[in-house]
Amino acid sequence: MLSVSPWLKRIALWVLPLAFLAVFFFFPLSRILAFTLSPEAITAKNLPITASALLFTFYQAFLSTLLTLLLGFPSAVLFARFDFRGKSLLRALTAVPFMLPTVVVAAAFNSLLGQRGLLNTLITNYQLPTFTPSPFTLILLAHVFYNTTIVIRIAGTALSSLDPQLEQTARSLGADSLRVWTNVTLPLLRPSLLAASLLVFLFDFTSFGVILLLGGSQFATLEVEIYLQAVKFLNLPLAALLSTLQLLCTLIFSTLYSYLVTRNSYPLAPRSTQHPPRTFQQKLFVSTFCLLLSAFFLAPLASLPARSLFRLEADRGQRAQIQYGFTADYYTELFINRRGSIFYVPPIRAAFNSLAYASATVILSLLLGFPAAFALAKPTRLEKILDPLIMLPLGSSAVMLGLGFIITYGKWLTSPLLVPFAHTLVALPFVIRTLQPAIASIPDHLRQAASSLGASPLEVWKHIDLPILRRAALTAATFSFTVSLGEFGATLLIARPEYPTIPVAIERFLSQPGGLNYGQAMAMATLLMLITTASILLIEKFRPPSAGDF
Amino acid sequence: MLELHHIFKTYEGKPLLTDISFTVNAGETLCLLGASGSGKSTLLRMIAGLETPDSGSILFNGMDLASTPPHLRDFGLVFQDYSLFPHLNVNENVAFGLKMRRLPPQEITERAARSLKLVNLQGFERRRVTDLSGGEQQRVALARALAIRPRLLLFDEPLGALDKKLKDGLLEELRTILHRTQIPAIYVTHDQEEAFAIADRILILHEGHILRKGTPAEVWANPQSVYAAEFLGVGKVFDGVVMDGQNGNWKVSSEFGIFALDCGHEHSRGEKVHLLARPPKVQDEANVISSMVTDVIFQHDRYKVTFDNGLFVYLDEPPKIGEQFAARVRVECLS
Repeated sequence: MLSVSPWLKRIALWVLPLAFLAVFFFFPLSRILAFTLSPEAITAKNLPITASALLFTFYQAFLSTLLTLLLGFPSAVLFARFDFRGKSLLRALTAVPFMLPTVVVAAAFNSLLGQRGLLNTLITNYQLPTFTPSPFTLILLAHVFYNTTIVIRIAGTALSSLDPQLEQTARSLGADSLRVWTNVTLPLLRPSLLAASLLVFLFDFTSFGVILLLGGSQFATLEVEIYLQAVKFLNLPLAALLSTLQLLCTLIFSTLYSYLVTRNSYPLAPRSTQHPPRTFQQKLFVSTFCLLLSAFFLAPLASLPARSLFRLEADRGQRAQIQYGFTADYYTELFINRRGSIFYVPPIRAAFNSLAYASATVILSLLLGFPAAFALAKPTRLEKILDPLIMLPLGSSAVMLGLGFIITYGKWLTSPLLVPFAHTLVALPFVIRTLQPAIASIPDHLRQAASSLGASPLEVWKHIDLPILRRAALTAATFSFTVSLGEFGATLLIARPEYPTIPVAIERFLSQPGGLNYGQAMAMATLLMLITTASILLIEKFRPPSAGDF
Repeated sequence: MLELHHIFKTYEGKPLLTDISFTVNAGETLCLLGASGSGKSTLLRMIAGLETPDSGSILFNGMDLASTPPHLRDFGLVFQDYSLFPHLNVNENVAFGLKMRRLPPQEITERAARSLKLVNLQGFERRRVTDLSGGEQQRVALARALAIRPRLLLFDEPLGALDKKLKDGLLEELRTILHRTQIPAIYVTHDQEEAFAIADRILILHEGHILRKGTPAEVWANPQSVYAAEFLGVGKVFDGVVMDGQNGNWKVSSEFGIFALDCGHEHSRGEKVHLLARPPKVQDEANVISSMVTDVIFQHDRYKVTFDNGLFVYLDEPPKIGEQFAARVRVECLS
C-alpha cells in the first residue's frame, strides 16, 4: 500500500491556494510596494495630495464613527435590555444594510435625499422650500446606516451578558441609576465599545463606493484618491504610495482590534436581563428609538424601489411637459441598446456579466477555499503561519487589489477574465472562514470508521465530508456569489467598458445627467438589492450554527 | 428593626410568596432556609429593594421602605457569586460604597482599610479581584458590604460556591464579625448545616409559605411538619393510624408496629397521622425497631447507621451491613 507522508498531503492542500495568492495578491502587492519606494512616488507634488487625502480620510471616518456610536449605543441598550413587540424584526432590519453592496446603499440614500431623490424632486415639484443635505452629510448618513449594526451586535452582546447582580450590588452600595451607569456599566462595556468603534472606524476608513457615488471626486479619501490617480490621472506611483499608506493604517487598526478583542474581556455570567419597558422614561425611550430606527432603516430601503418606479423629472432634460407618475420605463429601458447611450450594449448585459462573474467566482473560490479550509481545520505549525497570510487580502482595500492588477497585469486588462480573479481574492477569506469550522466539527473517527469499512480516501470525502459539509459549502458559495455581485472598488478599476457589472453600471448611470439615466440607476440598484437580499436569506437559512462571525 | 407584614408576590400568575410576616431584631441573625424555588431569594431581593411585593409592607425602624430606592436603604448585600466589580481592584471594590456616599478621601481610605482588616485581607488592596480565590473574593464582597456600615446585612447563599472546609472557616469568621459589629442580618441558604451554624433564629420557607419559625434548637427539637423534618434530616417520617386512646396517650399503628404516643393534640380514632422516628437522646424512653443495616458511615466519634426502611441512628459500635439489627429510636407525632 502506498503511504503518503503527512507533509506531502499538507503541501498538496496548500499548492493551489498559495499559488493563487502569490500570483494575484502577493506579487501585485510587491509591485505596489516597489512603486511606493520609487523616486516618482515621494515627490513635492505628490506629498500634499497624500497628506490632504490622509487627513480627510481620518476626519470623515472619525465623524462617521462618532455618529454611528451615537445611534448604535442607545440601540444596543434597546435590544439588550428591553423586550417589545417586533423586536427581532427591527433587529434584522438594522442588520440588512451591512450586507448590502455599498453601491446599493449609496443609491438608496441618493434616491431618498440626493439632488434627484424622492424628497427633493417632490419638494421642487410642489414649490416647497428646497431641502438637500450636503453630499458630505449623505456620506456620513450612509456610513451610519450600514455600520450601526456592528455597534448593536458587539456592545449589545456585551451588555446582555453583563451580570445584573453587579448593577444591583452597586445600587445596594448607594449608587443611583446614573452612577451605576457611569461607575459600573460603562466601564465594563468600555472594551467592547472600543472594539466596536475600531471596527466601524476601519470600515469607514476604507469606504469607497459610498463616498464616490454620494460625494464625487471632491471628497478625496485615500480610496477615492487611489482610484482617481490610477484611472483618471494615470499617476501610478502616487496611487501606489496611497495604497501602501492605506494598507499600513488598516493593518494597524485590525491588529489593535484583535488585541482588544482577545485582551480586555471580563468574565461574564449571561443571565436574561430583558424585560418590557416599565417606567415612563423606559417606555418613552423604547418607543422613540423603535420609531427612529424603523424610519432611518426603512426609508432608504423603501425609497430606492419607489424612485425606480416613479418618474419625477424629465428623461433627457426637456423643459416642457413631463409625465410625472408611475412608470416601468426605467426597467424596460435596461433591455434597449440605444445609440448614444453610455454603453455599447443593452444595459441588462451588465446583469448577465455580473451573474457570469459571480458564478466563476463561486467556482474559483470554492476550489481554492476547500483545500485551504481542510488544512486550516487541523492546524499544524505551518497553518499557524499561513492563516494570517490567507486573511491578508481582507486587510487590503478592494481599490488596492484593483491597482495591483493594473500595475502587474495591465496588458491583460482587455480580457474580462481578470475580474473573477479579483472577486475571488475578496471572497476567499469569507469562504475559508465559513468552511473551516464546519470541517473542524467533523470528528476524525467518522472518517476512520468509514475507511475501516473499506472506503477509499476519495469515497470517504464523497460519502462523509461532502454530505456533512453541504450546508457550509452552500453558505460559502452564496457568500462569494453575493460578494462578487456587489464588488465595486476592484471592478471599477479593472472592468472593461464593454463588460460592465451591475455596480459599475449603476455608477455610470448615476454620473450622467437626465432622468432616464438616473431612473435606470435606481432600477439596477433595486435589482441588485433584491438579488442580494435573496442571497442573504439563503445564507441565513443554510448557515451552519458553528460558522458565522468574522 | 426590620418588619415584614403580609407580603404577597406572584410570578407569571403563580403564587411565589404567600402571606409572609416576620421581624428581625437588633443584632440578630435570621436565616431563611429553604430549597430552591421556595421564594427565599425573592424575599431577600424585596428587602433590598430590587423587587417589589404585590402587597404587604416592609418597615425598618417603623418606617415604610416602599418609596426608598435600593441605593438609599443602607442595606449591605452579598451574593453567592460575589459580584465583585471586575474593573476595580480589591481596595476600589471595598471603597465603592464610600465613594458613592461622597465621603472625604481620608475617611474612605481609613474605612476601607478597617473593613479589609475585619475580614483579614490586609495587604490585598492593590490585587485584581479576578486573581483572588473564591474564599478571598467572598471576603472582599463582605468587606465591601461592611464598609458602608449598613443598617442590615443581606446574604444570598454567600458560601454556596465554596468547598466544605472553606465554608466552615468562613462561617466561623462571619459569626464573629456579626457578633462583634452587632449588625442585624438576614442569611438565605438551602443548607441546613449552614443555617444551624449561623442563625439566631431560623425561618423555614416552603413554596412561598413560612413552615416553621424558631431558634435552631426549637426547630430541631420540634420540626412540626413533614417537610421540615425531612428537609432538615431530623429522622425518618412515616404514616400511622390512630387506633384508640385519649388525651396524651394515643395508640398508633404503623408499618413498624404499634406505638403509645403523647401527641399533644386531639385525635379521633382512624385518623391518619405522620410519625417521626429519630435517634434517641440518652435519657429517652426508646422504641425498638428491627430492620436491616444498609449503610454505616463514620462521623466524628460515632457511626451513622442507616437501615433499609430509611431509619437511621447513631451508634458507638457499628453493626455489619446486611445484618438485621434492633435499633433504638424515639418515635413522635408530627401532626
